[in-house]
Amino acid sequence: MENFDAIVVGAGPAGCAAAYTMVKAGLNVVVLERGKYAGAKNTWGGALFGSAMSEVFPEFWKEAPVERSVSRHAISFLTKDACLSVDYKDSHSDGSSTPGFIILRAKFDQWMAGKVEKAGAIIATGLEVDDFIREGKAIRGVKVGGEEFPANVVILADGVNSLLAVKAGLRGEFKAQDLKQGVKEVLRLPREVIEDRFNLRGSDGAVMEFVGHCTGGLPGGGFIYTNLDSLSVGIVVQLSALLEKRLKASELLEGFKAHPAIQNLIRGGELLEYSAHLIPVSGVSMMPKLFADGIMITGDAAAMVLGTGLILEGANFAVAAGVAAGNAAIRAREKKDYSSAVLQSYEQALQEIFVLKDLKTFREAPHFLENERIYNAYPQWACDLMSRIFCSNGKPRKHTFEVVRESMKGRFTILQLLSDFMRARRAM
Amino acid sequence: MKVEDKLALNKFEVDREVHIRVDELICDRCEPKHCLYVCPAECYVVRDDHVRFSYEGCLECGSCRFACDCGAITWVNPRGGFGICYQYG
Repeated sequence: MENFDAIVVGAGPAGCAAAYTMVKAGLNVVVLERGKYAGAKNTWGGALFGSAMSEVFPEFWKEAPVERSVSRHAISFLTKDACLSVDYKDSHSDGSSTPGFIILRAKFDQWMAGKVEKAGAIIATGLEVDDFIREGKAIRGVKVGGEEFPANVVILADGVNSLLAVKAGLRGEFKAQDLKQGVKEVLRLPREVIEDRFNLRGSDGAVMEFVGHCTGGLPGGGFIYTNLDSLSVGIVVQLSALLEKRLKASELLEGFKAHPAIQNLIRGGELLEYSAHLIPVSGVSMMPKLFADGIMITGDAAAMVLGTGLILEGANFAVAAGVAAGNAAIRAREKKDYSSAVLQSYEQALQEIFVLKDLKTFREAPHFLENERIYNAYPQWACDLMSRIFCSNGKPRKHTFEVVRESMKGRFTILQLLSDFMRARRAM
Repeated sequence: MKVEDKLALNKFEVDREVHIRVDELICDRCEPKHCLYVCPAECYVVRDDHVRFSYEGCLECGSCRFACDCGAITWVNPRGGFGICYQYG
C-alpha cells in the first residue's frame, strides 16, 4: 500500500480544511469518511459565523449550498406562556462585516469534500477506521477492516464521538456534564411564508435562540434557523441534566414546538428529517492532548466549541484548527520529522489565533452556564416583570422600581442576582 | 408525532450487522435505566419487563454511551457506509 503524507479521518469542516491546506501545498492526502458521503452523519443548529471558512474557500457563499445569510439574530426568554426577546437586525448593506450563513450540513459538507477532491486529495467514503498502525509509541497510519493505510501523519477530525482519540491515548471518554444533546427537526415551508413570517427579504435569514421553558429549566436552549424553504427547529440540553431529571429531549422539543410563541412561526411545516447529535461544551477544561508522535486532533473530536451563553460556535473553530493542523503537517514534511517535537507547532498556532485565545477568554463560561437560575428564575422574572409593567387592571399603579422588587420576590435574592452578575462579568 | 414516525422519514442504510451491543441481562439488574430517556431515537424500550434495544433507528449520537453506568452497552459506529444518512443535517 502506498504511503500517504497524511491521512485525515472525517470529512467535516475540520477534516476538509486540513486536507485542503495540505493538498494545496503538494502533499499526498487521503480523507477517510465513515458516512456514505461527507455530511451523512452531521447535523447542527444551523449557522456558520466568522471568517475561517472564507479564508480557506474565498467567497464560498457564491458557489456553496448556503441557505441564507444571517440578517436577524434574536435571543428570547421563554416561560410557559410568554416570550421576551432582544431582536437584532443588520442588513450588512455596507459590506463592512461578514454575516453568518445558515447552512444544512448534508449538502454543505459534500460541497466542501468536493472542493478538497478537486484540489487533488482522495476522498474515500464509507470507510470506518478501526485502529492505528503503530511503530513504538508513534502512529504511522490507520487500519480499516483488515487493510492498512500507512501515512506519515494522521489527523483526527472524526467528531465528538471519536473513539480513535481514546484509542490514540489523546484523551479519555468525554463526560456527560461536558456534553449537550441537540435534537432537531427540519420542517418544510414555502419560501414566501418563511420570509413573511420572519420579516426577511431575498436571501436574508434569521437565527433565533430561546432560553428557559423550552428545556424544562435545564441548562441549554431552543433554536430556530430559517433555511431557504425549510426551518431548522431544535433544542440543546445538557446531557447530565437530562439523565438526572429523567427527561427526554424529544418530548422537550415537542413542548418547545407547541409554545404559543413558536407554534405560529412553524405552523404548517412538514417534517422532512429528525436528527440528533452531541456537542462538547466545556471548552479548554475537556480538551485533549492535541498532538503526539504522528498524530493531531482537531474540531469537535478535540472539543473545539465555544459557548458563551450568547453564542455557540464550533464549525468556525474546526476550520481554523483544521488549517493549523494542515500547516503543522506541511512543516513536518519539510523537516521530514513527524514527531511531537515538530507537531507541537499545531498547538502553538492555535494559541496565536482565536481558537485557543477565545476558549481561554471564556474558560469560566461553561461552568457559569450550569447555573439553573439562568433557565428558570431569570426568564420567569423577566417575563413576569413585563407582564406587570404592561398590566392595566384598574388598580392604582406602583412605581416601576417597586414592581421590579416585587417581581423578584420568591425567585431570587438581590445577593444572588449580584453574585450571578459578578460571575457573568468574569465568564462572559 | 411519535419519534418512530419521525424516524420513518429519515434515510438509513440499515446494516444486517448490529453495531451497538446491549447486554439485556445486565439491564434487568439496572435500576435507573437512563437509556430509556436519553436516546433521542427511543431505540431502548421496555417490553415484557425487559429493556429491548433495536439499532435500526439509531442516529449515532452517542448519548447512550454516557447514560449507562452498568457497562451493558458496547458502543461502536456502524460499518462504513451504513447507518443514518442525513439528507439535510
